[in-house]
Amino acid sequence: MSPPATTPPSEAVDGVDGSAPDGPTHPAGPADARGRPGSRTGTALTCALLAVLLAVSVLLAIGMGSAVIAPGDTARYLWAALSGGRIAADEVTAYQIVWQIRTPRVLLAALVGAGLSAVGVAVQAMVRNALADPFVLGVSSGASVGAVAVTVTGGLAALGVHAMSVGAFVGALAASLLVYAAAAGRGGLSPLRLVLTGVAMSLGFQALMSVIVYLAPDSEATSTVLYWTMGSFGAATWGALPVVTAVVLLGVVLLHRRSRVLDVMALGDETAASLGVDPDRHRKELLVVASLVTGAMVATSGAIGFVGLVVPHLVRMAVGAGHARVLAVAPLAGAVFMVWADLVSRTLVAPRELPLGVITALVGVPVFILLMRRRAYLFGGG
Amino acid sequence: MDLELDALSVVTDGRALVRDLSLQVADGQVVGLVGPNGSGKSTALRCVYRALRPTSGVVRVGGDDLSRLTMRQSSRAVAALTQDGTVDLDFTVEEVVALGRTPHLRGNQPLGRRERELCERAMRRMDVHHLARRGVLTLSGGERQRVLVARAMVQEPRVLVLDEPTNHLDIRHQVELLSLLRGSGLTVLVVLHDLNLAAAACDRLAVLSQGRLVATGTPKDILTAELVREVFGVDADVVPHPLTGDPQLLYSLSPSPSPAPPNGRAASCP
Repeated sequence: MSPPATTPPSEAVDGVDGSAPDGPTHPAGPADARGRPGSRTGTALTCALLAVLLAVSVLLAIGMGSAVIAPGDTARYLWAALSGGRIAADEVTAYQIVWQIRTPRVLLAALVGAGLSAVGVAVQAMVRNALADPFVLGVSSGASVGAVAVTVTGGLAALGVHAMSVGAFVGALAASLLVYAAAAGRGGLSPLRLVLTGVAMSLGFQALMSVIVYLAPDSEATSTVLYWTMGSFGAATWGALPVVTAVVLLGVVLLHRRSRVLDVMALGDETAASLGVDPDRHRKELLVVASLVTGAMVATSGAIGFVGLVVPHLVRMAVGAGHARVLAVAPLAGAVFMVWADLVSRTLVAPRELPLGVITALVGVPVFILLMRRRAYLFGGG
Repeated sequence: MDLELDALSVVTDGRALVRDLSLQVADGQVVGLVGPNGSGKSTALRCVYRALRPTSGVVRVGGDDLSRLTMRQSSRAVAALTQDGTVDLDFTVEEVVALGRTPHLRGNQPLGRRERELCERAMRRMDVHHLARRGVLTLSGGERQRVLVARAMVQEPRVLVLDEPTNHLDIRHQVELLSLLRGSGLTVLVVLHDLNLAAAACDRLAVLSQGRLVATGTPKDILTAELVREVFGVDADVVPHPLTGDPQLLYSLSPSPSPAPPNGRAASCP
């Protein structure tokens, strides 16, 4: 690309342009060595590849487990379920495993992986902290308190099997509201105060949870706590899936639509204001979206750690910092990762299940550290 | 488009940071805001780029009261180079510059052809074009500062406010930036610490002390040894620049900093 032969006369920028605009255009020197797929087509291609990978992963993950079902059969059963086709009598058991048990579970894993990654990206930008994840604002511990309270008191019994999920969701939202109310002050909603309040509140909720468990007459509360703090997709059913799907997809779309706002917010509140972006207003909106999406996810699968912290960083290392790209790639990458993490959690020591949080940490930590050491990755000048 | 601060006051926690500040910057003029640390320069600027709402008083741009415009509307007229130059994420230089178009774009709308050319030109003007694909966090302070100036320029503002824009810049880029401001045709309000550069670059200077405007006028009229001593507590000889005639300050470092002599320097000579 050569400089345009006729430059439009005197833009606002062109005051004393004495020098001819003849510098080389984007020299592909060592500065380019990091080779980011910055173009829109590059991002689209990455997303397409990840989508294919996700589809294949879902198919494989549905087929694998204590009873291994070939991918061809899996696809046939899925097609039969979707199109209302017929299944031979001797295949009914396999079909039921695929359609009733594994499919909702794998889909939920993909959704939660996508949601946690997208929310993680947004929260890190919103509170301007590399250590932030979707749970930094107290959502997960609030959800645990809600779930445990429901278990112990037997409240919300009218809701039947959904009582605990509803309790967790209410707890998550209550926690977000509390954090917001405590963090908001005259000086607006400062990122640091938001994080500190969230961390402090989380510790408070955990203490509250311990008290409830300690005083609870039965031991069910203990296993509930374990379930909620480590996370699992074991309770996935078709019943809960539509709500989670709607909330997560809507949340991801809403966050992606704020890509440029998130970019601007990463330049600091002062600069954001000068660019016409009200940082406090947007932080509030993002907080609402992040809390609702995280609350819905935690209510169905507990607080699965690590994914929302690490996937955003991994994706930024791969595609750069621009949120339009990161928020397109991260949900897909997170979904793929979570599908495989769930598969490992339920097959590694079958028939027992490892807690998901264990897998995500065991797989993610070494990968993360390796990548961070190999590539120059910078966040906040650190 | 002219900029007017009208009886601006900012009070936080019972402390008046800016008191009853009135200042006009005529269309196309470059006005320098000078004063010692904590005199309220940055606070006044923050009201112009709307990071801060004044306790009382009005900021007008082209006659419009800023508080009646949305932040987006005012950001199309006023661009700012803030002191908070930190960037959290490792955007590329061209990404940061492109963010200057935010006030003109809807949502995630991509840049058009003309806007991309605008960014290219701004990067070339600020001598950061060769860094376009570099991550901003890998740049030196001065390089980053120039990237941020380029970002403010692609905003296509009518009014530009800058808070110590020469920070981190080497002398060549300081001179280039200030020449650029002079020739830009923009209405400029700039906080500068270097009084010599301020005298050379600005049509008028406004001197702040403890939140109050204590003097305003052409550099020649107001940059006197008396004012510098009174406001900054520094002894200086003021001499005309041999070429331009702008007042230039020569400082003499006293071995132990002492309060300014009551009768000026001349009195100490026998």
